[in-house]
Amino acid sequence: MDLQLIWFFLWGLLWAVFFMTDGFDFGVGTLYPFIGKTDEEKQTMITAIGPLWDGNEVWLVAAGGVTFAAFPLVYAVMFSTLYSALMLILFTLILRGVSFEFRGKIDDPRWKRLWDTCIFVGSFAPALLFGVAFANIFQGIPFDGEGVYHGSLLTLLNPYGLLGGVLFLLLFLQHGALWLGIKTDDALQGRATRVAAMVWPLVVVAAVLFLVASWFQTNLYANYLAHPALFSVIAITVLALLTVRVFIARKAWFKAWFASALTIVGATFFGVIGLFPNLFPSSLDAAFNLTARNASSSPLTLKIMLVVAIIFVPIVIAYQAWSYNLFKHRVAPADLAHDETY
Amino acid sequence: MDVVMLSRLQFYATSAFHFLFVPLTLGLSWIVAYMETRYVRTGDETYLAMTKFWGKVFLINFAVGVVTGITLEFQFGTNWSGYSAYVGDIFGSLLAIEATAAFFLESTFIGIWIFGWQKLSKKAHAGVAWLVAIGSNLSAVWILIANSWMQHPVGYTIRNGRAELTDFFAVITQEFAVLQIIHVLSSAFVLAGFLIMGISAYHLLKKQHVDFFSRSFRIGIVCGLVGSLVVAVEGDFHAKDVTEKQPVKLAAMESLWETTRQAPIYLFAIPDEENGRNAVEILPIPGVLSFLGHGDFNAEVQGLNDFPRDERPPVLLTFLAFRGMVALGTYFILISIYAFIRRNKLLESPLLLKIMLFSIPLPYIAIQLGWVVTELGRQPWIVWGMMRTSDAVSPIAASQVITTLVGFMLVYSLLGFAGYYLIFRHAKKGPSLEAA
Repeated sequence: MDLQLIWFFLWGLLWAVFFMTDGFDFGVGTLYPFIGKTDEEKQTMITAIGPLWDGNEVWLVAAGGVTFAAFPLVYAVMFSTLYSALMLILFTLILRGVSFEFRGKIDDPRWKRLWDTCIFVGSFAPALLFGVAFANIFQGIPFDGEGVYHGSLLTLLNPYGLLGGVLFLLLFLQHGALWLGIKTDDALQGRATRVAAMVWPLVVVAAVLFLVASWFQTNLYANYLAHPALFSVIAITVLALLTVRVFIARKAWFKAWFASALTIVGATFFGVIGLFPNLFPSSLDAAFNLTARNASSSPLTLKIMLVVAIIFVPIVIAYQAWSYNLFKHRVAPADLAHDETY
Repeated sequence: MDVVMLSRLQFYATSAFHFLFVPLTLGLSWIVAYMETRYVRTGDETYLAMTKFWGKVFLINFAVGVVTGITLEFQFGTNWSGYSAYVGDIFGSLLAIEATAAFFLESTFIGIWIFGWQKLSKKAHAGVAWLVAIGSNLSAVWILIANSWMQHPVGYTIRNGRAELTDFFAVITQEFAVLQIIHVLSSAFVLAGFLIMGISAYHLLKKQHVDFFSRSFRIGIVCGLVGSLVVAVEGDFHAKDVTEKQPVKLAAMESLWETTRQAPIYLFAIPDEENGRNAVEILPIPGVLSFLGHGDFNAEVQGLNDFPRDERPPVLLTFLAFRGMVALGTYFILISIYAFIRRNKLLESPLLLKIMLFSIPLPYIAIQLGWVVTELGRQPWIVWGMMRTSDAVSPIAASQVITTLVGFMLVYSLLGFAGYYLIFRHAKKGPSLEAA
């Protein structure tokens, strides 16, 4: 059994699930100041993601934890070289998290405006920065054999990195807008779904640009050329993205959201498959690349972690699915009346 | 300051802040679940009001605790990459298991608890409260297992230039971890109990919501009393375990310089680290330290001067923190006993009520001091006897750490101020009348 291979794909899967779930929270939070016109609409938007965002964010903690556990050297070098970018993500995520809880507790416009700002920044910035970070990983990070980073925060803001950031942001905007299509009604739903329809062509443009730029900027296609069957992953992703538009036209919001989720998972796997066996390639010298082969934990740890994952991940998915099902209804005015909700 | 000191300072600041909120989450989660269960069993509306009132305190506190926890996970990679690379095989897997087996549980069900009042049956909703409590406390259990491994590494071998796991079972069942888990979870009960008693005392002094807060107060007494007694009994085992596994830490905790038989405890002492002795030591109680460390008044206890200077923790702070913690722990037991005696005459005990109101911060201080003893007392090691803290730091620039340190100060000030303001405001207002 190739434990390193299994953990490489579980690593990719955890990131994909994080982007698929917290992605719509980011989208809703980014749209929040623009399409939530009244306080009630704002509250509705928060309630639409309120019961779920916290559980969604744990996929990030799990993805980080698995990087640490299965590929400790990757964890060490990735987090220290991307120090400033990750800290920025962290700060904004912290602010987002408390804002949901704090905002509604005092009925004062200035108090609410403060946390409204934090919700927006805490959604917009991570959405963009995760894209920037992953695009940079796809093309390689300038670090040496000692794990020392030769660059700055600005090094990451190169055209390809920014393109990745914009692509992620647009994907999450579409994802969040479609979630609001499921969870809201009336004027708010109308505005959200118009955004979804408006963003879709932009996603297509960004995705095409990203696929083309990846050809020139990265080695991602090497694995696809070696195993052409893998191109089916890209094909499925593109198909999922096209399906999103079909379901938007039919006002089938849940199906459109589901297709959008599939698009995000596919987009993540486009990169993950292309990276293999690299987890964290160096742009200075391929000899410094951290791979599933040279950066993994011991076989015993990988085995124990696999047992843990096989037992607990299905349980987690089961209760999260139950939770999604419990809160699948549209947010009604009565949902906003309770004291303990946000 | 260099990157090591700055990173240590940042880790201290962020973990100390995180742990202002965690103990209340741990203790109060069980209490709220208990209150809600009583409501379901008895149909008594006061219990529902209690669930909602204390539940709101819990939720505000929970929010800050959760978001500041991620900071700690991140920092192992951002600031301590040498450590992460060297021990990730063991330490990383414990954090990953924490996320998978516990953190998902608390984070998913907290959302269901908040928004699920109308969606679930009363029984199911109370069940969700228990799942939140189990998830939160299980999270702590895994984190403490990881921390205990830094204090007393077991079940590993040095291979391929790093520490590799050889015995997972040994790691998760070692005595140090079991003791630390009991210590932290029961001190969390003390903190939650004292917070409940303190807030209740405020309203009882004003003679408002008397039934509601008398009953809350009595729940607080049980938590404070049982919790502080368990901490004391466990603390005795803990001291013996530390004596065996980290003798130099024990010596620093008691500022004992020379190896002595019948080692005394000085009621008052001032360590002089420069000259390797105490500048002042008066009022010795003979043999007590020997007894605490070994269960025998005549036993020999190792002094600091037996260890090379570069393997000793900072003595003064470790010593003072330990003293402070023990003094407060003793106070918690005594005042809880007194409160227990007066439990049915609360309104006629204004002095007790005033004391309890002003005692709210004390368990917070005691717990912070306890972590200072544990973590500062572990220095200069990041993993006891295996890896020095100075070898564990990331190859990053001091300016990066200064920037984030300032960032944390700003963001956490906002969080701390807003969070405690909300709790304070809610606590002062009391339960909403329609619910009561």
